[in-house]
Amino acid sequence: MDTSERGSLDQVKHVVLVLSGKGGVGKSTITTELALAFRHSGRKVGILDVDLCGPSIPRMLRVGKPEVHQCDAGWVPVYADPQQQLALMSIGFLMEDPDEAVVWRGPKKSALIGQFVSDVAWGELDVLLVDTPPGTSDEHLSVLENLRKHKVDGAVLVTTPQAVSTGDVRREITFCKKTDVKILGIVENMSGFVCPHCSECSNIFSKGGGEELAKLTGSVFLGSVPLDPLLTASLEEGRDFLQAFPESSTYTAISDIAKTLLSNLES
Amino acid sequence: MADVPSDAPEHCPGTSSDQAGKTSACQGCPNQNTCASGAVKAPDPAIEEIRLKMTSVKHKILVLSGKGGVGKSTFSAHLSHALASDDSTEVALLDVDICGPSIPKMMGLEGEQVHQSGSGWSPVYVEDNLAVMSIGFLLSSPDDAVIWRGPKKNGMIKQFLRDVDWGEVDYLIVDTPPGTSDEHLSIVQYLSSAGIDGAVIITTPQEVSLQDVRKEIRFCEKVKLPIIGVIENMSGFVCPKCKNTSQIFPPTTGGAQRMCEELNLPLLGRVPLDPRIGKSCDEGKSFLTEVPDSPAAMAYQSIIRKIKDYCSHSSIKGSVTVDLE
Repeated sequence: MDTSERGSLDQVKHVVLVLSGKGGVGKSTITTELALAFRHSGRKVGILDVDLCGPSIPRMLRVGKPEVHQCDAGWVPVYADPQQQLALMSIGFLMEDPDEAVVWRGPKKSALIGQFVSDVAWGELDVLLVDTPPGTSDEHLSVLENLRKHKVDGAVLVTTPQAVSTGDVRREITFCKKTDVKILGIVENMSGFVCPHCSECSNIFSKGGGEELAKLTGSVFLGSVPLDPLLTASLEEGRDFLQAFPESSTYTAISDIAKTLLSNLES
Repeated sequence: MADVPSDAPEHCPGTSSDQAGKTSACQGCPNQNTCASGAVKAPDPAIEEIRLKMTSVKHKILVLSGKGGVGKSTFSAHLSHALASDDSTEVALLDVDICGPSIPKMMGLEGEQVHQSGSGWSPVYVEDNLAVMSIGFLLSSPDDAVIWRGPKKNGMIKQFLRDVDWGEVDYLIVDTPPGTSDEHLSIVQYLSSAGIDGAVIITTPQEVSLQDVRKEIRFCEKVKLPIIGVIENMSGFVCPKCKNTSQIFPPTTGGAQRMCEELNLPLLGRVPLDPRIGKSCDEGKSFLTEVPDSPAAMAYQSIIRKIKDYCSHSSIKGSVTVDLE
């Protein structure tokens, strides 16, 4: 179908933002795993990585640094699988040197995000996940401003259990309210660590903060994902964790969250 | 310097942007002609005011990381506590994470407000010799979101440096948000004449974090900011029950050690994961006094000694030059 005349998101059924006020809580991890889970359940998925200063998704999906091609409809996204079910766009693909710092102030970041939203030829997608940097600033405002023309289903908020993180996520909830973004649910990441030697569970970053926050703010609690060295290692190597460890409790946690989210989106 | 006049429209690109006076947002702004003429591209007079203000501050240390959630605020808080444990040392902790200020909570100061005095904003004191400033003190509720674009954040940082009545200070510790953007450029530019001793870089062991931290190091090189050293945080976890160590964030590419060797930077130390660190932060207490004999506390103390050593030998000339953008 010729999409050049129309917006690049016209054939995208659902757009979901992955947000968190706090850095390093697992936004990119959750984005990646949700995308993989959606794909395993037969959906076509796209990931737009708008973390311009610290793009992590290309590594987590081990797509390397392919060149981004142009077609009539815009930039062709990079596919993480041969079946082309998982499409990805990130600033990581546009950098010559992976260690180069993107030392940009807001206006420049906003301009690139505008292009990312309008010029990527996603084609047909069931879900587009938008991975964001921490905070409530330029990137978030710009991505929303640009997505407004289309449709945003809502946001998944990621937090770790400790109060220092849920505090930042409360601010993100305020951001969602002020900008009229529906909160699809809260995910608690890094929730408890089970020692592989003795099976003792240690709550390294406390426990239950995500669920509490969901209650406090009247949001849906989607579930908690434990700290799992196998998950961190898989993301380091860009391996599909869900395919590699279907027996683990982390697998169950992630697929349950993905299922709930998907059925909420598609209902 | 991206700066925004108070009467500028919301999407003001900043007076020193190449776009100043030329964007669609500039239409109708009372400052458009001045901006378009380029007259404001001269150095910001605030830099000189900040230099004067900072003459009473001996050492200035930035805590940086390209990656979020690696422990910048935790380290900044504990560095400040440790330095202030010597009663004769005056310590100031400035939080320039405008959208996600964690310092008030970690220092046990949540709900505190800043007071205005004749000589500027008064910081909030944890102890007589430990002053703290954060945007968190300017918000009316913990739910308040600071939804600001860059120029407004920069204006706030300028005020923190110029308008806060810090007094005589031995160490100013600046906690930063993740990334290499407005806040980082601004703090470095505003302190360019006053001089910065150096930056402490925090990372976690896994490559997903290191790849962002390498960018931050590149940023330091670009703005000629000396690097005091790198700290590897969340480095292994010792099970409290069986005492076996697990690498929760595995150093698949050699961790901070390999990165430091490759980039010829000092590795200041490694701090293991300890659930009591996060707990102390949530309760606003110092982990170093809560559990002083833990391996993590000892690692912190050794790192802090190295930073003190560095500062006592550093002779800042106050000429960090920034010619980006």
